[in-house]
Amino acid sequence: MTTILEMRDITKEFPGVKALDRVNLSVAKGEIHAICGENGAGKSTLMKVLSGVYPAGSYDGEIHYDGDLAQFRTLNDSEARGIVIIHQELALIPQLSIAENIFLGNERARNGVIDWNETYRRTEELLRKVGLRESPGTIVDTIGVGKQQLVEIAKALSKDVKLLILDEPTAALQENDSRKLLDLMLELKAQGVTSIIISHKLNEVRYVADTVTVIRDGTTVSRLDAKGLSEDKIVHDMVGRDMSNRYPERIPAPGETVLEVRDWSVWHPDQAERKVIDAVSFHVRAGEVVGIAGLMGSGRTELAMSLFGRSWGRNISGEALLHGKPVDLSTVSGAIAAGMAYVTEDRKHLGLILEESIRFNTTLSNLKGVSAGGVLNEGEETRVAERYRAQMATRTPSVMQKVGNLSGGNQQKVVLAKWLFTEPEVLILDEPTRGIDVGAKYEIYTIINALAAQGKAVIMISSEMPELLGMCDRIYVMNEGAFVGELAAAEASQERIMSLIVTE
Amino acid sequence: MTMQSVETSTGGGEIRAYLKAHMRDYGLLLALIAIMVFFQLVTGGTLMRPVNITNLFLQNSYIIIMALGMLIVIVSGNIDLSVGSVMGFVGAFAAVMIVELHMPVSLTIAASLLMGAAIGAAQGYWIAYWKIPSFIVTLAGMLVFRGASLWLLDGQSVGPFPPSFQLMSTGFIPDIVPDTLSQPLAAIFGLVKINVLCMGFGIAASVALVWMGLRARAREAAYGIVGEPVNFFWLRTLVVIGAILFLCFKLATFRGLPNVFISMGLLTVLYAFVTQNTTIGRRIYALGGNEKAAKLSGIKTERLTFLAFVNMGVLAAFAGLIFAARLNTATPKGGYGLELDVIAAVFIGGASASGGTGKVIGAVVGAFIMGVMNNGMSIMGIGIDYQQMIKGLVLLSAVIFDVYNKRKQA
Repeated sequence: MTTILEMRDITKEFPGVKALDRVNLSVAKGEIHAICGENGAGKSTLMKVLSGVYPAGSYDGEIHYDGDLAQFRTLNDSEARGIVIIHQELALIPQLSIAENIFLGNERARNGVIDWNETYRRTEELLRKVGLRESPGTIVDTIGVGKQQLVEIAKALSKDVKLLILDEPTAALQENDSRKLLDLMLELKAQGVTSIIISHKLNEVRYVADTVTVIRDGTTVSRLDAKGLSEDKIVHDMVGRDMSNRYPERIPAPGETVLEVRDWSVWHPDQAERKVIDAVSFHVRAGEVVGIAGLMGSGRTELAMSLFGRSWGRNISGEALLHGKPVDLSTVSGAIAAGMAYVTEDRKHLGLILEESIRFNTTLSNLKGVSAGGVLNEGEETRVAERYRAQMATRTPSVMQKVGNLSGGNQQKVVLAKWLFTEPEVLILDEPTRGIDVGAKYEIYTIINALAAQGKAVIMISSEMPELLGMCDRIYVMNEGAFVGELAAAEASQERIMSLIVTE
Repeated sequence: MTMQSVETSTGGGEIRAYLKAHMRDYGLLLALIAIMVFFQLVTGGTLMRPVNITNLFLQNSYIIIMALGMLIVIVSGNIDLSVGSVMGFVGAFAAVMIVELHMPVSLTIAASLLMGAAIGAAQGYWIAYWKIPSFIVTLAGMLVFRGASLWLLDGQSVGPFPPSFQLMSTGFIPDIVPDTLSQPLAAIFGLVKINVLCMGFGIAASVALVWMGLRARAREAAYGIVGEPVNFFWLRTLVVIGAILFLCFKLATFRGLPNVFISMGLLTVLYAFVTQNTTIGRRIYALGGNEKAAKLSGIKTERLTFLAFVNMGVLAAFAGLIFAARLNTATPKGGYGLELDVIAAVFIGGASASGGTGKVIGAVVGAFIMGVMNNGMSIMGIGIDYQQMIKGLVLLSAVIFDVYNKRKQA
């Protein structure tokens, strides 16, 4: 097989940090090549070097692409050669339609006048290819993150792509959407497109990849043939240690029921006749970790947010009982006062003030705890922030560090610290490990277990079924706004959850 | 000064790192000093004559008072274009009450401040609870209250005010020491007269500043926060104290402390405290930094936005009273275009247009930079045409400097 891409001894330094240290990457034509590594290992930096975001000359080493020495100075240079990169953070214009986004900068136009028929026809074709059932005229903002991801891929396909780079493409996707996407990659491979996939999800890597390159701390650790490769081997190379048990042990000791929700129904805020949550009832006990499984769009986040101070939806009805007594959860501050905490799935936009420090964010939900008569005690704030930093092993030079500068795992620890400081009884964790690397995931799991051991009631929403199976005592299965089943840990399996969803 | 600069050079890398992170704060102070020195030189010493220093405070007091409210509005992620009009309207309202309806001064002041609060509430309601962009609501407010002033005054100037009202702006705090004592004291320094209260105030403020600074440092050290390097703390404190004493000395050799200087100073201290040290201040920064995250953290973002505009309305009303008192008449054109000076002051002071950042002290220094430039250029006899162009470019440079700094840090 010929090699389409050969990156040799790539070294990239930032002031004070060596992000890449003689990294080698060799990708064969027509294969799917996976790059694995923890967050901060240098995967994204490597891709930025490749795509010309870091121009030739700003790094050491050589890139050979499609037969010659490549010296890309801009993203446009690499795109002109058929390298298309889809970033973790989506680059769509939310107010424009799907079709407009796909052909942005590449409009189907004659003399500057857009040919809408052609645009829509091509868009429909591309959407079919990526398995997205939406009208080309749909505004991107109105569809979920998962679908937006598919639009991104359709956009990449609209260009003459030879080497497709996907950075964490399934991070925001559901099991079945992920599968669709991976199958799509295999299909593209059959058509001769070479792909590089960066992913934390090792089962997916095994599913699509032909070759795996593992990067750790800015250096290439290994290049592995995906055939017969075990996940444990990849994990071992990624973290540099054996991770035989990906979920920490916990002895479940559930106490009395803390939160009980009865017949909870929620209507869509904009679409009057759409009932998004339909008469959901559930309960959580003290010291229990309860999972909510379901596909994207099944209403899990909407359920959580409607419970937490009616932060989502309209015409909310139903009853919430805390320790058997009705509780008013109609405002966020009321819900916090009642002992609820909600760790959002979108920590950058809904969870943190990125421009502010760790200390600022840690105390934000409980300023009363660090003030007297409305006057803040900064020293006390520092002490609180330091306490949680130590407790969660947040890696940062100082609690005065801006949270925007932290890695995903450390940001999530700050969000958790913020909510723990409100001393909640019930914690709702919405996708607590999304976009977090393996090592940090384990730490988050350990924190969750410690919380349960302290007697907190934990509700865990996750799209990663192994995570729910590994962590939860009980799992509710949600589909189309209703709970369709409840499984005890012992009887739960991925197959049973999926069959509950599918048979409904 | 030479002694202090020797001190700073001993610090080395630690200081450089701190300076880099706080470039904006020091840069602003240095810019103000540089601008003052520049105009002092080119105006042949007129800028810093006691009478002119006094005038500088009187002329800029209402800008500074409104900048305090505007800072909060801008930090919360909004803007208020109506303040100039509101200020003019409240001035007209007070004039009608006192001059035409013969109402007592104290009642008029109270009613005017309430009127400001009501105007702020009326605008804040649409912005906070209906999510109508503040730019639009306050643009509407700007037109409405511009028209309302004209209507209320019937197109005429109304005045003059009774002396008790004028005192608010043009009055001075009488000296506690009789002239018979202070004149010999002044003679020692070779001066004609000196206001002992004013000098005493300057010294007391300086001592308080050092004491508070040291206490804050001690507290930081106790909690293990790495703060300002010690050399830098002293250099900065000495510069600020030097400026305070110098200004008080200038004021003391004229007529002493203007009343408006006291109200402005107290308000500045109050707002600096509220924004930096209280929970409500913290919540405003959170609201401007990320409204959705703030809301999900239990912060009542709507109410906070509403209150920011009520507060702005009260301060605009207060500024309107001072302005009317200073001119001793309310004119239909009162406050015209002043909102732009106020907004410019806040942005020169380092606030970000996207919300979440900015400091009260920055806004006040920003207002002084604008004020000194206005004053200095007028003394030099530069035409209003050039003045506006220069002010515009200064505003742009300040913001470019911000963006450039941010980029370098990233």
